[in-house]
Amino acid sequence: MKVLMFGWEFPPHITGGLGTACFGLTKGLLKHGVDVQFVVPKAYGDESQEAVRLINASDVTVMMKDPVFREYWNQITYMEIGSNLIPYVGPEDFQQMVSENTNTVVEESGRVFSERFQFSGKYGHDLMEEVARYALVGAAIAANSEFDVIHAHDWLTYSAGVAAKKISGKPLVVHMHATEFDRSGENYNENVYEIERKGMVEADRVITVSNLTRNIVIERYHIDPEKVITVHNAVEPPEHAELQNAEKRVKEKIVTFLGRITFQKGPEYFIEAACKVLERDNNVRFVMAGTGDLMEKMIRRVAKLKISSHFHFTGFLKGENVDRMFAMSDVYVMPSVSEPFGISPLEAMRSNVPVVISKQSGVAEVLNHVMKVDFWDVDAMADAIWGLLHYNALNSMFITYGSEEVNNLKWESASRKVADIYESLL
Amino acid sequence: MRSICLYFQVHQPFRLRTYRFFDIGADHYYYDDYQNRRIVRRIANDCYIPANEVLLALIGEYGSAFKVTFSISGTAIEQFKKYTPEVIESFKRLAKTGNVEFLAETYSHSLVGLNDPDEFKRQVEEHATTIQELFGITPTAFRNTELVYSNGIAEQVFKMGYKTMLTEGAKQLLGWKSPNYLYFSSPHPRMRVLLRNYQLSDDIAFRFSQQSWNEWPLTAEKYVNWLDSVDPKQDLVNLFMDYETIGEHQKAESGIFGFLRAFPEQLIRSQKWTFRTPSEVADELQPVAGIDCPHAISWADEERDLTAWLGNDLQQEAFTSLYKLSKIMATCTDADLHRDWNYLQASDHFYYMCTKWFSDGDVHQYFTPYGTPYEAFLNYMNVLADFEIRVKEYAANQVVAEVIPVTTEAVAKMNAIPDGKSPTVKPSKTKVKAVADSDKKPVSKAKKEVK
Repeated sequence: MKVLMFGWEFPPHITGGLGTACFGLTKGLLKHGVDVQFVVPKAYGDESQEAVRLINASDVTVMMKDPVFREYWNQITYMEIGSNLIPYVGPEDFQQMVSENTNTVVEESGRVFSERFQFSGKYGHDLMEEVARYALVGAAIAANSEFDVIHAHDWLTYSAGVAAKKISGKPLVVHMHATEFDRSGENYNENVYEIERKGMVEADRVITVSNLTRNIVIERYHIDPEKVITVHNAVEPPEHAELQNAEKRVKEKIVTFLGRITFQKGPEYFIEAACKVLERDNNVRFVMAGTGDLMEKMIRRVAKLKISSHFHFTGFLKGENVDRMFAMSDVYVMPSVSEPFGISPLEAMRSNVPVVISKQSGVAEVLNHVMKVDFWDVDAMADAIWGLLHYNALNSMFITYGSEEVNNLKWESASRKVADIYESLL
Repeated sequence: MRSICLYFQVHQPFRLRTYRFFDIGADHYYYDDYQNRRIVRRIANDCYIPANEVLLALIGEYGSAFKVTFSISGTAIEQFKKYTPEVIESFKRLAKTGNVEFLAETYSHSLVGLNDPDEFKRQVEEHATTIQELFGITPTAFRNTELVYSNGIAEQVFKMGYKTMLTEGAKQLLGWKSPNYLYFSSPHPRMRVLLRNYQLSDDIAFRFSQQSWNEWPLTAEKYVNWLDSVDPKQDLVNLFMDYETIGEHQKAESGIFGFLRAFPEQLIRSQKWTFRTPSEVADELQPVAGIDCPHAISWADEERDLTAWLGNDLQQEAFTSLYKLSKIMATCTDADLHRDWNYLQASDHFYYMCTKWFSDGDVHQYFTPYGTPYEAFLNYMNVLADFEIRVKEYAANQVVAEVIPVTTEAVAKMNAIPDGKSPTVKPSKTKVKAVADSDKKPVSKAKKEVK
């Protein structure tokens, strides 16, 4: 079976969990005999191609004279409006990104009908235009290649998926890794919402990464529950196994938050809980790893609470440093306000770090050997951290059963479910 | 006529409130009064009161042909006194009929019998006194918490003066043998042992309202039929269950009250069966064989062992941390500490920490007030941390104040007992000293002088 898959990023060029999940999924699919062609907006040339054939959207020639494309373009131009949003803030400096993109826009605009478009491959200012162009590329690829099913990951690629379906008549699966409500709360962007909704309406199946997300899809997007299927994410074995025993350089226990410092991830609850623990036990250090639009606010809050001497910010971590951070940690906390899945607790558990996660995360649906708290319940969160630092039996239970539990969450079995969905559509 | 022994366990623990680590040392009240009151009142209305009425009516109609047996834990009695005094009155009426036996057990429904003979004895005595004061009856037969039983426990109970005990007719205990006879404890042949027929007991306790069960609905006729078809040579069927089965686990809508009324009636009218209490059974029937039980059994889960309470690291840590305090508590006269000591020992706290239900029984999840066993552990350990601080403070103050009668008594007691006791006794003894030593220097001096 051949699948044409549209993504937005692929390791090692990732800004969030999406690329990692796509990589794990495609590797798993390969084991079930599914052949994947993966389209990304911009290929850097060093992506892992062990499981997929990667297609760089920038290399695709779109013949705009073809009436099919022209018609499609006419349909989708409206998406360019209201594009001043940053849906998924990457590690790069916010300001820089915007100004860079402003330049690009000036340079590129008016060239919609040129034959090639250089995608930036980043999330940014003129995102809507990139999405629209990407859709055109999707249609072009669909017209020129052989495949059985189309699979599109997250809203950025849905237009491409829909275009490919229109051209080829093949069934479309869209994959909801995060909804607009997860990213933006109630101040959601209507254009994005509309792209998501249309994509799901057009799709033959919608895959959600958790039942939490499935409920949002059904209740807030009014998608037919019959075609919405949950396939929980999984986790790959660690890449840097030797770092498992990385030496800790401080004698205190370390409690870690790792993720984008944004509203969605609930960093302020972590800080409040840290303060409660530190009031009682000074022998702990708290680390907030990552960056994001709330970072400065968080630094100010930590200073205000006068816990700066035991609270550290690392900035954005990637690759080896993430594994090293886990190896140094005694407790990992994911206080997300809304988390469609949340793969990082699995990575922590894989490194034998006990975790505290919010009940408002999809990953809570598949884990038993973790502490689950409401993100807003900082008392419970502090108590869970305290317990993990002070009651040995809890630690040892989590480490013993937690890694076992994570090792059972294999991409191989998750992708089996996805392959079954493909087969049901043939 | 063959005998039926119908016995109900009545127990309510004092559930703990959400107790955070920052409460440790600051707040010494551990109980969720609202939940406890709500639950006890609900169960009183749904079960205890109406079920007692049915039993009273049966006794009223059939007199001595109908007998029933209860064990009521001390913590349940305290909560009835506090929240539903009418339940106490109702049990008193049952007691007055003379057709009801009340069993001895540990005051706080604890697992202390597994590790501390002195505290075990103290709790059984405290419970017996409570029952005597309330119902004017001194218990003569014993059943341990959750029917936990072993040769060692049988020996301790025998030494306390009880000659009859109840336990589970567990497969690992019986092998090919039938639970439908009276047995004795092999190491102590004068100790009579009644074994629960779990098949027939659980038909009522677990399966009665289960519509997926192929025998559903269970009628009194059908049930009596099953009893009649028990091999005629087998002269005793022991039906032991939680009293909450009637009206709480099996709701009134399931027809459980009608069943409770109908099946004894039919049995009595058939003239083939008579209801007896455990002490009567022990007096009147001949034991057929000895049972040997080197490893503790219970009536819980498929395994019928202790893993529901002491099966994982959390439970073990909580349990050992708690009983580290038992030597100090043995001499403690502080009423508040004594109360908390009783309440914290309830086996339920350990049951809530069971992780077995991740894979199987949702039975556990039904009973727990916590979201996960980990929350249960965390909360309990926080409470225990505060309790430990108080106990140690108390111990330190006692010695400083040179409360001679208490201390000398305690020291004498401690020195008198250690004949052949388990090794756990000795380390905890030194612990008392160690605590006192580390706290204040004059303390240890005073202690030595007393000695």
